[in-house]
Amino acid sequence: MAPTVVLVTGVADQLGGQLAAQLADDPDIERVLGVDTARLAVPRGTRVEFVRADIRDPRIAKVIDSARVDTVVHAAPRSGAGAKELNVIGTMQLLAACQRSRTVRKLVVKSTAEVYGGGAGAPAVFTEQDADQAVQRRGGDAAEIEGYALGLARRRPDLVLTIVRLAEVIGPHIDNALTRYFSLPFVPTVLGFDARVQFVHITDALAVLERAITHDLPGVFNVGGDGVLMLSQAIRRAGRVPLPVPRATIGPATRLAGGRVALSPGQSRLLSHGRVIDTTRLKTTFGFTPKWTTTAAFDDFVRAVAK
Amino acid sequence: MPVQEADVIPLPTARTDAPPQPTRKLASVTELRPRRAPQSLTDFVRSRLTGDYQVDEFGFDPQLTDTVVLPPLRMIYEKWFRVEVTGEKNLPLDGGALIVANHSGTLPWDAVMTSIAVHDNHPRGKHLRMLGAELVFKVPVLGALARRTGQTLACGADAQRLLRSGELVGVWPEGFKGVGKSFSERYQLQRFGRGGFVATAAKAGVPIIPCSIVGAEEIYPKIADIKPLAKLLGLPYFPVTPFFPLLGPLGAIPLPTKWRIDFGAPIRTDLASPDTADDHGFVLEMAAEVRETIQRTLDSMVAERESVFRG
Repeated sequence: MAPTVVLVTGVADQLGGQLAAQLADDPDIERVLGVDTARLAVPRGTRVEFVRADIRDPRIAKVIDSARVDTVVHAAPRSGAGAKELNVIGTMQLLAACQRSRTVRKLVVKSTAEVYGGGAGAPAVFTEQDADQAVQRRGGDAAEIEGYALGLARRRPDLVLTIVRLAEVIGPHIDNALTRYFSLPFVPTVLGFDARVQFVHITDALAVLERAITHDLPGVFNVGGDGVLMLSQAIRRAGRVPLPVPRATIGPATRLAGGRVALSPGQSRLLSHGRVIDTTRLKTTFGFTPKWTTTAAFDDFVRAVAK
Repeated sequence: MPVQEADVIPLPTARTDAPPQPTRKLASVTELRPRRAPQSLTDFVRSRLTGDYQVDEFGFDPQLTDTVVLPPLRMIYEKWFRVEVTGEKNLPLDGGALIVANHSGTLPWDAVMTSIAVHDNHPRGKHLRMLGAELVFKVPVLGALARRTGQTLACGADAQRLLRSGELVGVWPEGFKGVGKSFSERYQLQRFGRGGFVATAAKAGVPIIPCSIVGAEEIYPKIADIKPLAKLLGLPYFPVTPFFPLLGPLGAIPLPTKWRIDFGAPIRTDLASPDTADDHGFVLEMAAEVRETIQRTLDSMVAERESVFRG
């Protein structure tokens, strides 16, 4: 069933804002509601109806009911330090509203590969099933959010639930902790370690979310570009110099190197052990092959920074 | 900042949402063909400084391995241990195989030498992808180097992935019990774990190649183990040899024994029914068979040898 009224959370972020704008271009969708506390990333002049609301507030249920929303896209969860309350409380409140609603029949959750945790004892490449073990160990906010969504799907079996686990999102104008990290003049890395990193280009991430909204594709899907870059290699490609420091000092060193780089525990773990996800299920079951490889996506970001 | 763009050429008319077409196919797993073409030093340094090289999803970096890591080790292989290889025809040309070998020597020189033996004797120069303990990947520098040179964690998922994509995977089922065995136990195979390697090979439907290594068991004659010190340092054992720790770092030089590495006839695992991987009886039986084969081969190789140092 095609969606008629879509509600997108987290539209102040680039991904959420661009997704809402992209949905508004689809003539089959009657209304697109964009929810956030600020309108930063919602392009003006689109059909997106901006709703200034905090998803941590129970009044979000009224928004869903009055607009007769049938598809909820939870794009609000953020990586990065200090987002815990928004991520966890916001998700609980939003999902509670979905559960009570009579009109919502589909939920799409933007998650991240951080659910897999990672470390010296983890497999080199994670498939979707690997999160079952990782949820208990260091999956972070994302693991909690997915847990709530799966709980809702159990209580409301009529609901179509798609969870999309994104690799690190990158692209020409992406501004997040990781892109700021790669823009530092000297980039602190963990001494004695070199991580494997995988990126997904924002256009691929958007295309996957859009496909999950317009098609009924229940399940959990990893989304990442093909191929892998080593962290030191990525830093070199960005024209920067890696600066290895002891693991305990990576946080202070990043701040000293100049910048508003607040890495989350999940991202710090990424920098020492890396994380690669298997996208076979995305390509076969979901029916989408990312157009950008990890390297091409990263180079696209580098080109935009160099300009 | 100037950006090196040797690998990716943007299409002049490309739409913003279409990626530039890479000129070279990005390999998800190691390329089969060895990079024989010698690369000039400046090209090498330039590609390292600009990040213009490829690694696979396990972090294997063939360029670094072939250019920097293998050449000095090959000197040790040829000049110090004078490794002689037999049965190299048993290495499959295409497709994956699980190479199972005896482990010894206090420091895993046997693993390093076997990987050169495979790479240099395989007609297509395939690299041996070894499975290592978690400890290896926890140790700074060592863990990173292990990944760069193609090694990964000894776990079912990683082994399956490598074998299914046609790689030669090396495994040492004796583990730390083998590499840390004392001199008096030389050429006596330790327990072969729980036979996880058999289940892995059977699931992937690849043959097991028994590999017998003679020479490695005498390089550091371990006569004692200082257990409290090992515990303090978080190591599986702290070896005492006639020269270590007595002579300090000099004691860490391995004795120049003469080595022979034999690759045995492949043992097929794909003949039984597909769910045999879950059949513990089958798995343990086959593990015992592989162990027996290696033990027998080792016994005859040791008997044929006239001198530990001259072969």
